[in-house]
Amino acid sequence: MAGTKANSGKLLDIRNLRIEATVYPPGEAPRTITLVHDVSLTLEKGKVLGLIGESGAGKSTIGLSSMGYGRGGVRITGGEVILNGRDILKGGKEGLRRLRGREVCYVAQSAAAAFNPAHRLMDQVVEASLLHGTATRAEAEKRAIALFKKLSLPNPETIGQRFPHQVSGGQLQRVMTAMALCSEPDLIVFDEPTTALDVTTQIDVLSAIKDAIRDTHVAALYITHDLAVVAQVSDEIMVLRHGRLVEWGGTRQIIKEPRQEYTSALVSVHEIDHQEQQPGTAPMLSVKNVTAAYGGGHIKVLKNVSVDIFPGQTLAVVGESGSGKSTLARAITGLLPPEQGSVVFDGRTLANRLADRPKEDLRQLQMIYQMADVAMNPRQTVGTIIGRPLEFYFGMKGRERDKRVAELLDEIEMGKGFIDRYPAELSGGQKQRVCIARSLAAKPKLIICDEVTSALDPLVAHGILKLLLNLQQIEKVAYLFITHDLATVKSIADSIAVMYRGEVVRYGAKSKVLTPPFDAYTDLLLSSVPEMEIGWLEKAIKGRRMESAGN
Amino acid sequence: MLDIKRIPIAALIGIVLTTLFVLAAVLAPWIAPHGNAEIVSDVPWEPMSSVHWLGTDNLGRDLLSRMIYGARITLFIAVLATALSFSLGAILGFSAAVFGGWFDTILSRLVDLLMSIPTLIMGLVVLSVLPSNLVTLILVMGILDSTRVYRLSRAVAVDINVMDYVEAAKLRGEGKAWIIFREILPNALSPLVSELGLRFIYAVLFLSTLSFLGLGVQPPDSDWGGMVKENKDGIVFGIPAALIPAAAIAALAISVNLVADWVLNRTTSLKGGRG
Repeated sequence: MAGTKANSGKLLDIRNLRIEATVYPPGEAPRTITLVHDVSLTLEKGKVLGLIGESGAGKSTIGLSSMGYGRGGVRITGGEVILNGRDILKGGKEGLRRLRGREVCYVAQSAAAAFNPAHRLMDQVVEASLLHGTATRAEAEKRAIALFKKLSLPNPETIGQRFPHQVSGGQLQRVMTAMALCSEPDLIVFDEPTTALDVTTQIDVLSAIKDAIRDTHVAALYITHDLAVVAQVSDEIMVLRHGRLVEWGGTRQIIKEPRQEYTSALVSVHEIDHQEQQPGTAPMLSVKNVTAAYGGGHIKVLKNVSVDIFPGQTLAVVGESGSGKSTLARAITGLLPPEQGSVVFDGRTLANRLADRPKEDLRQLQMIYQMADVAMNPRQTVGTIIGRPLEFYFGMKGRERDKRVAELLDEIEMGKGFIDRYPAELSGGQKQRVCIARSLAAKPKLIICDEVTSALDPLVAHGILKLLLNLQQIEKVAYLFITHDLATVKSIADSIAVMYRGEVVRYGAKSKVLTPPFDAYTDLLLSSVPEMEIGWLEKAIKGRRMESAGN
Repeated sequence: MLDIKRIPIAALIGIVLTTLFVLAAVLAPWIAPHGNAEIVSDVPWEPMSSVHWLGTDNLGRDLLSRMIYGARITLFIAVLATALSFSLGAILGFSAAVFGGWFDTILSRLVDLLMSIPTLIMGLVVLSVLPSNLVTLILVMGILDSTRVYRLSRAVAVDINVMDYVEAAKLRGEGKAWIIFREILPNALSPLVSELGLRFIYAVLFLSTLSFLGLGVQPPDSDWGGMVKENKDGIVFGIPAALIPAAAIAALAISVNLVADWVLNRTTSLKGGRG
């Protein structure tokens, strides 16, 4: 920490950083690939730099290099990382040990996986300070409690005595921030700290992090794929793609006047043109007063839910985790037979249990999953995956089947060259497209889309949403779209059902649901969606009428 | 395709040795210098010589020929017993995972019951009651061993059964057979293949133990375990004839394990369907 003043406030200076890794493709000789191509950046004391990009952009790799760390087989092969006036790559193991946890700290994406479940939170929070001998245990604990208070954790005096599983996800993420701040470092690397959280929790964590950064004057690298989130906390933003710098500038410039095409694509990612359709007369699917429960009827997760979906239209079901939206899908498909109520599909009442439904009912009601990689059998080729519904429902065989598979691959904008590929040989977006093709192959009247875009990068997700809307035009299929992402809902829905703790709290046409006056929960949900606007966070926190879950 | 240069040296040793044993077993009648039960010497336990490479056994039979025929019997029984235990254990295990409910409960408790009795004791009791022939031997070995395979395949299948792609197949309306053989089996193969090597070794060892105790292969035929038994009295007089089949058992166990290890390494990395 000495000698920083001489450096005109410059804390971190990365010059021509080059990071490589060796890959072992099956059946080929191992080769070296470059993950980061000569990226340079500087960060002044007390400033926050946002690193943004899709998966594989190298943002985490660059962030970790500021601690001299390369994840699993990743090597820093070129360039300099100058922190507090010295090149940390030349300090050797001893140098790194003195650096980590004292000058640079790290906040991981999944706090639940990063904390040791066997130790109390306080022991883990003060560990770095004790190891480096910068504070006595009493001092460090006092500091930790002050940080807990600052990060607005409940019961700051006693929360340290709990184990990681005894606090909620949002709280754990804040405890981790306290852990990083406890040894009073000069720099913190935040690696997607809010990505795994619900929107209403994200906003709390975000504002806690922002306040803590402001009050402790620590510098930070904030890594995320969500431009709207990073715009709230950082002074400057660096856009990365494929390990190369795309654009680097002040936050206002990046989100208001992006200079590169890629950056403007990221900024305008949620804009999809979709005209809301008026509800028809006869619903395609109507869920009538459905109540469903797990654990032999003890844990009620759906309480008296009624919604309608009209032919060729999209109903979006929104809510946070635990609101029962995926359970609604399970009740409709018959995987979880409802206790009360009924599901009427195309004029006939569906059998409650999946096993009692005729093949024709199953065909007309298809489903697409959140995680495309586990929704496809890794040992089947794309041709088998898409071809099976054709065989199963329509008895297509041989050339006829292959022809139809090729047509479907065309519809999802993939060539027929993919027919022999295995799922592991596809990208995330391609996998989801194959899943869409598989459900389309059955020529369904309704497709249930369960969080289909939440595991994807924003631009890829955008492509998938546009594809789904196009296919709706062509195939006249209705969607039940389950999501926690309100931005998605705004762009594709015709009607919306907002769910909270197993109940539908607001339901109707999109324009009606999204027009005030709102009920308290819808208001909280809507105001928690990060907007690409500086100062949004403060405004949103001030305007809240209801505490979010996890507080 | 597979490049010989990229096979690790340990696996290569395993492959070569295993192949030798298999060849000896398959070609026994053509490569053995003498018949299995043919007495070639008036003196028991003749030392190794250019006529009898490994010497002769307790009855003056050529030990090399006995070893080669022994390989045939040992491998034949072990392969059949393993095949039986795998088909039985895997199919029952997968079915238990897919059907669940009372079917799973009854089957699993039955397996627990069988496993709670030490295999060797169970084997001894059953084999001393039943007529001693090859069919009973293979059946007893296969069924006792299938409990282990059942446990493994049920555990693997329970994991796979909750994957979204299996749920997708159920929603499509697929039957149980499709789910077991097309969705679960291909994804359960790699842990099962590595287990196959291990279980085969256990079968060889179990057979040798039974024969050593006199309940396995009956004379004049003999597997390696039986040959250790026949020649064990010679050890007191400093005659090493019993050590040769014992060494063969050890060599077979190690070499098959080396191959199984390598197969496991190759199949478990995240490569999807290829490689």
